[in-house]
Amino acid sequence: MGRALAVIIWILTLGSVSLFFVKKWWFPEAISSHAAALDRQFMLTIIVVGIAFTAAQVGLGYVVWKFRDRGQSDRAVYTHGSNRLEVIWTVVTAIIFIGLAVMGQTVWASLHFNKAPVGSFQVEVVAQQFQWNFHYPGKDAVFGRTDPSMIDDSALNYIGLDSTDPNTKDDVVHSVIAVPAGQPVELLLRSRDVIHNFWVPQLRFKQDLVPGMVIRVHFTANRPGKYELACAELCGQFHFRMKSFMLVLPPEEHQALMALSQDQFQTKVTELLTKYELPAYQQ
Amino acid sequence: MSVETHEAVHRHPAPTSFIRKYIFSLDHKVIGIQYIILALAAVLVGMTMSVLMRLNLSWPGTSWSILGTLFPTGAPGGIMNPDFYLSLVTMHGTIMVFFVLTTAPQGGFGNYFLPIQIGAEDMAFPVLNMMSFWVTLLGFLVILSAIFVEGNTTIANSALGLWLGGGSGATVGPIGGWTGYAPLSAVGAPAGPGQGAGMNLWIISIAIFCVGSLLGALNFITTLLNMRTRGMTLMRMPLTCWAWFTTAVLALLSFPVLLGAGILLLLDRTVGTSFFVPGGLVFGSSVLTSHTGGSPILWQHLFWFFGHPEVYIAILPGMGATSHILSTFARKPVFGYRAMVFAIFAIGLLGFFVWGHHMFISGMSPYSAMTFSILTLSIGVPSAVKTFNWLGTLWGAKIRFQTPMLFAIGFVSLFVAGGITGLVLGQSSLDLPMHDTYFVLAHFHLVMGVASIFGMFAAIYFWFPKMFGRFLNERLGQLHFWITLVGVYCIFVPMHTMGIVGMPRRYAQFTEYRFLDSLHPLVVFVSIAAIITVLTQLVFYFNLIWSVFKGKRAGANPWEATTLEWITDSPPPHDNFAGVLPVVYRGPYEFAVPGAPNDYLMQTEPDVEGAPVTGVPDNGHNGHKH
Repeated sequence: MGRALAVIIWILTLGSVSLFFVKKWWFPEAISSHAAALDRQFMLTIIVVGIAFTAAQVGLGYVVWKFRDRGQSDRAVYTHGSNRLEVIWTVVTAIIFIGLAVMGQTVWASLHFNKAPVGSFQVEVVAQQFQWNFHYPGKDAVFGRTDPSMIDDSALNYIGLDSTDPNTKDDVVHSVIAVPAGQPVELLLRSRDVIHNFWVPQLRFKQDLVPGMVIRVHFTANRPGKYELACAELCGQFHFRMKSFMLVLPPEEHQALMALSQDQFQTKVTELLTKYELPAYQQ
Repeated sequence: MSVETHEAVHRHPAPTSFIRKYIFSLDHKVIGIQYIILALAAVLVGMTMSVLMRLNLSWPGTSWSILGTLFPTGAPGGIMNPDFYLSLVTMHGTIMVFFVLTTAPQGGFGNYFLPIQIGAEDMAFPVLNMMSFWVTLLGFLVILSAIFVEGNTTIANSALGLWLGGGSGATVGPIGGWTGYAPLSAVGAPAGPGQGAGMNLWIISIAIFCVGSLLGALNFITTLLNMRTRGMTLMRMPLTCWAWFTTAVLALLSFPVLLGAGILLLLDRTVGTSFFVPGGLVFGSSVLTSHTGGSPILWQHLFWFFGHPEVYIAILPGMGATSHILSTFARKPVFGYRAMVFAIFAIGLLGFFVWGHHMFISGMSPYSAMTFSILTLSIGVPSAVKTFNWLGTLWGAKIRFQTPMLFAIGFVSLFVAGGITGLVLGQSSLDLPMHDTYFVLAHFHLVMGVASIFGMFAAIYFWFPKMFGRFLNERLGQLHFWITLVGVYCIFVPMHTMGIVGMPRRYAQFTEYRFLDSLHPLVVFVSIAAIITVLTQLVFYFNLIWSVFKGKRAGANPWEATTLEWITDSPPPHDNFAGVLPVVYRGPYEFAVPGAPNDYLMQTEPDVEGAPVTGVPDNGHNGHKH
């Protein structure tokens, strides 16, 4: 029985570890500036996790194999422990675990402890149940005034743009987010109704959009293309299809897009969505 | 401490009528069994829900005619709609966390065995104990009613249904996940289906549950501190008692916060306060003018201030049972008893400082995320210490492999498997891709769900002979163990890789996203594993019922164990020790003592003049005697 249990534990361990090792199912290729450091930290952590997991399970299998009752006449070892061992394994795990935690701060700090660099491309994001709205400031780079009381979905004014404000004249609102490649992007995240979450797997980035707050975050996307955008915070009935796309465009193409009026913008985005294809996901 | 002065308080005569004996019983043993039966009923409901969810995820759009018949609104034509799925998510989580993982380990086994293990005749407050069970049961009935009130158009539109908040008719229960984030949960009908009476009842149920748990926690703490028998010093208590005690302290400090939060949420929903609802919300072009100035993040802080200690409330008793059972079947003292006690304390204490790791991406201050991250990884240290000591207990042992031991070893394996990925999720940076994906799901299901349940399986196979005077069937028990162990690995390990790909949790379907397409074979594999594992639990249920009546008879101490529950009859008499309270002379795990006649020394075995002194560790400190 002890041997059977040991073997099963080892097989389960091998199976679990190999699922991570073969990487058949893994992150989609990253496109953001911070992703390389993040993926490195993930790999480092997963290696530590893998070693600790394997060591513990192999050890567990070993003791149940080795120290099974074989009907021998002598008793088990009579010991109540060892202070030396307790100190050793407490200190060693503390160093490894807290060390990992400290190392893990770098990426977080680079994204969240600094303001967006000057000259970042700004987009206001206004989420609503099962739909994304991206508000572009237009040529003047100034967002027009918005007011919740002016929201009128039937008139397609999803974010309550005040048409009397001169700054709104060149503003564009669209359900697709288009950002320039290689340039820092600052998002001003808002929600109209409940909590949503902005999640693009290739960005390795996620942030809640909380009603009543404007949350500013920034990142840089480097590779042009079309990426799926998902909501990652339960927002109600159709949470699973609160989907849109993120277009990462070469700077010139992006600049040209931003100069367009609402109607032209819409036509152009439709065109771009066909022009760019989703990454070739491994099947 | 004087035992005598307390006897008058808790002593009550043995009841004679059926109702006082088995229904409204004051006997902690009967109440413990009632809690276990409640958990067994609740876990059946929760498991059934998880199977329904897996069916929908793996074979979306398939028509299951039985579903259509049972839930014509949630599954019209037998095809589950997203509302139904999300209410299953909500109910599964709530029922499992509260009515299974909090009731069985603490209210069930703790209630039954804590008084016996410390040599008391009953809990300190038997009436309070009875009340805590019935209040908890009421909470369970209320949450079940949420399904029917919210989902049944006739009930929802009746006077009572409307008074409770009405229903959407289209769904089956509340929608909000077990975390019930505001404002989705706070504004009612405008936020969509599943936000009517069902959500009110969900909150009320949890509030009731909090009250029941608080009553229980007070009772546990008082009993343990005041009612230990002569010689039962704190450091001679079994590790189970330390675990139940710490759990009770956690419950005492965390449930009031959830209770308060629940009341505030209910006020937001019913009388228009704005604790969690900011002003200017817009649903379908109409501005919600009834609220202003609340904070959605406040709900998350309050919820997780409870929610994280709750994880330890679920698993600490399993750790206690595992330590206890490992030592007994290893025929060897617990390795590092004192370190184990400190580790339980450390986990309990640190458990109160890490709630923010659920909120890294919530919009709270990124600087606090840094603090929470480092504290979170620190909690891995006492967890690792426990694992090392479990391995140390098995080292040099003489292991007997019976079902309780198999499940206890399974607990160690699963605790490591589930807990270790906390090193990933506890880092705020890595939470950016991982938050709310299946990686999180896999992590907490393994550690808080499955590992805790393995602790309870170990406990039931171990203590069943004491509770009913009969063994559970060993063959069926082993069948149950092997399939369940392999099954849960097959269910939850692949979920990690799903999370790495980026699969978001709480999605009713994965059909909308191309980046998830490649995961379909894994999704189906997990579902099949889940169905097999759930079906295997029927073997366990059969074993329970069959063995109560037909199981092999067990004597007072069938496992040759050392603690006080094994000196009394199986099952124990009404006052546990037939009028004579035991006196304790030594620590709880005196196995393999050199020179002793047997390989185990009961805690009640007096020291014999001239016999070798036992319980003195060879490393210079004495963990067992004061």
